[in-house]
Amino acid sequence: MHGHVDHATFLQQISSFLGFYYIALAAMNGIAALAIWRGGRSKTLFRVGPLTFTNALLWTVVAFFFLLMAPLAMSGSEPLMRWVSMPDAFKHAADAVMGPVAYSLGSFLILAVLFSFRKFFVKTWVAWLGLNLSFLFMGLSITDPDFAAIVTKPDNVPIVGLIFLLGFFTWLATAKAVKNDERIARGEKPLEAVDNEKILVWPDLVYTELICMVALTALLLLWGIALQAPLEEPASSVKTPNPSKAPWYFLGLQEMLVYYDPWMAGVVLPSVVIVGLMAIPYIDFNRRGNGYYTINERKFAYVIFQFGFLVLWVTLIVMGTFLRGPNWNFFGFYETWDVHKVVPMNNVDLSEYFWIRGLGREMPRAPEGSGAGLELLYILWREAPGIILLIGYFTVIPPAMVVYSKFFRNMYLKMGLIRFMVMSHLLLLMGLLPIKMVCRWSFDLKYFIAIKEYFLNF
Amino acid sequence: MASISDIIRESQIWKSIFRHPMPIDRRNRIVVMLTNFFLHLHPVSIKKQGIALSYTWCMGGVTFFLFLVETVTGVLLMFYYRPTVELAFQDITNLRDVMAMGVLREIHRWGAHAMVITVWLHMYRVFLTGSYKPPREFNWVIGVVLLLLTLLLSFTGYLLPWDQLAIWAITVGSNMARATPFLGHEGPGAALLTLDGRNMITQVSDARFGLLAARIVGEETLNRFYVLHCVFIPLVVALLLAIHFWRVRKDGGISTPL
Ligand code: HEM
Repeated sequence: MHGHVDHATFLQQISSFLGFYYIALAAMNGIAALAIWRGGRSKTLFRVGPLTFTNALLWTVVAFFFLLMAPLAMSGSEPLMRWVSMPDAFKHAADAVMGPVAYSLGSFLILAVLFSFRKFFVKTWVAWLGLNLSFLFMGLSITDPDFAAIVTKPDNVPIVGLIFLLGFFTWLATAKAVKNDERIARGEKPLEAVDNEKILVWPDLVYTELICMVALTALLLLWGIALQAPLEEPASSVKTPNPSKAPWYFLGLQEMLVYYDPWMAGVVLPSVVIVGLMAIPYIDFNRRGNGYYTINERKFAYVIFQFGFLVLWVTLIVMGTFLRGPNWNFFGFYETWDVHKVVPMNNVDLSEYFWIRGLGREMPRAPEGSGAGLELLYILWREAPGIILLIGYFTVIPPAMVVYSKFFRNMYLKMGLIRFMVMSHLLLLMGLLPIKMVCRWSFDLKYFIAIKEYFLNF
Repeated sequence: MASISDIIRESQIWKSIFRHPMPIDRRNRIVVMLTNFFLHLHPVSIKKQGIALSYTWCMGGVTFFLFLVETVTGVLLMFYYRPTVELAFQDITNLRDVMAMGVLREIHRWGAHAMVITVWLHMYRVFLTGSYKPPREFNWVIGVVLLLLTLLLSFTGYLLPWDQLAIWAITVGSNMARATPFLGHEGPGAALLTLDGRNMITQVSDARFGLLAARIVGEETLNRFYVLHCVFIPLVVALLLAIHFWRVRKDGGISTPL
């Protein structure tokens, strides 16, 4: 996608930015170390032989490490910069394993691990280490022209920001929740209830707002001056760009088009998202966890929301933005966007699986010259496996949940029939996406129900 | 001798605007909140939690601020930009390359991206603190509508530069409407809606046509999106924001543990 400049020139172009990047990282760690040491919050992390590593020492070492990288990066010469580049072997390996499956399952697993071991991951030093590693990953990777091209494309910059902001705020909220959960387990009140007397809005709030506004204005001005907003060639209705992408915040929906037809991915599922969000306060009957961060007091709601927001919404947007290239093909982080990349697609409908491969018969088809009514009957007969499966999915699972799971039975008793039905169906609708993804990956399933005659492919 | 600031503050003009002395003591800090139009959005006193940055992340506030920035920069851009197929792109290029205040466009564009992000983060915070629970259920619902409108504001604005990025993003985004069940001409069930044996839902009468005012993204679409972007959606958002803020207070202020 870069194409215009050779590798040496490209390295030169990014070298000064990269140099300052590492200096900034060194400063960040140096300041952290100083703050810890001066604040007397230095504590032993681990011992290597006779050496005792305190957190202050660790961040000092990290700062020196970045400081060493800075001149190498700034040199702009190829042999030196190799030391601050992602090794080719890693890049090839990463591109080779990366695909929609590895990416989606991988992000899901990482988030699941982070959540399950949250007590460990919310520790300040662990989080800080994670932050350093992700910055290091960005720095090493950006020496790759293909990686650089996708993350520095002006319209993609906000998404890089979004990832870091989400990471930070998820950490913050989880850390507070973990602390509160420990307090609650000891029978104490959540931290938000402590030291919560009333104070006057003038000056405390009014001044905070004023300072926020000034800082934000400065930030926006800097952003606007430093980075030109995207503007491409004048519009032409005959020159279709490849890939053609919707605005980034809709790329999760565009990604869903891989698995569902537009009427589902573009209309029904987004509507379900909106309605589902609106329904949350009315189906979450749990009165606890209002006004403070907690996980244990509302684990079910918490996990479902995180799954929907972080996994189904955000990671799909990230994939749609960074990893989907021409013809909406998947490209690894370090892969050149090649218009001619061919990905074989031989997806099979459920009805074909059933009639042809399963029963070894022809697909049912209405006899020549039969009326529309008869034709419709034949279509329904042909698609019966999918239709039955779908009806079963929505009618059998909710009662089965109540009968076989104590957890859901309790929920049902507290919620009542209607609320439970609404909740379980919203969950099932949400589940349609991951289910279809897994079916596609594991046995090339195209449609559960394929009624192309009426644009009703599902 | 009285200092200049004393003279100003003793003048009839000053006193006619600010009806109380400097808010340096408790009484006047309360009075200022009650008598100032802009400040009366706030209560006089508030639980400490409600202003803790680590609790609210100030994300609703930041989103509101960005909405204001977008409104101000947007109105200024309207003085210059002409929403026609011939002139739109040229006006945007001029803003970037020639106009002294062209940075307004950059700010407007980045601010729009930022607002989408902050509104998500705000919703995230509200969820994570369980602040949608009674009595704040309905304010959450209003919030969801605001979220949708924020996305639509950004989407309609995306078209206005009339460059390749713009028309194709809108084309891709609005293609979905073709497949709306019953209402899109390629949607399931559309074939069932007939009148005297003729299809009611066609390329020139379906949901996508309603959105674009044409069969493909064109002049009519630009006009439609311009009006939606500059007038209609902002007005609705402003109204809903007023209700949103009013309800934050009526529901007992920022949520805190009971
Ligand atoms: C244009 C978009 C929006 C603006 C400008 C906005 C603004 C605000 C502000 C300034 C607050 C005060 C507390 C805070 O700053 O966190 C607030 C509270 C609240 N917002 Fe929003 N909001 C928007 C969208 C949303 C959305 C998308 C939701 C949820 C889906 C939502 C739900 C709520 C609720 C429930 C509260 C009360 C929170 C509490 O008491 O802790 N708002 N909003």
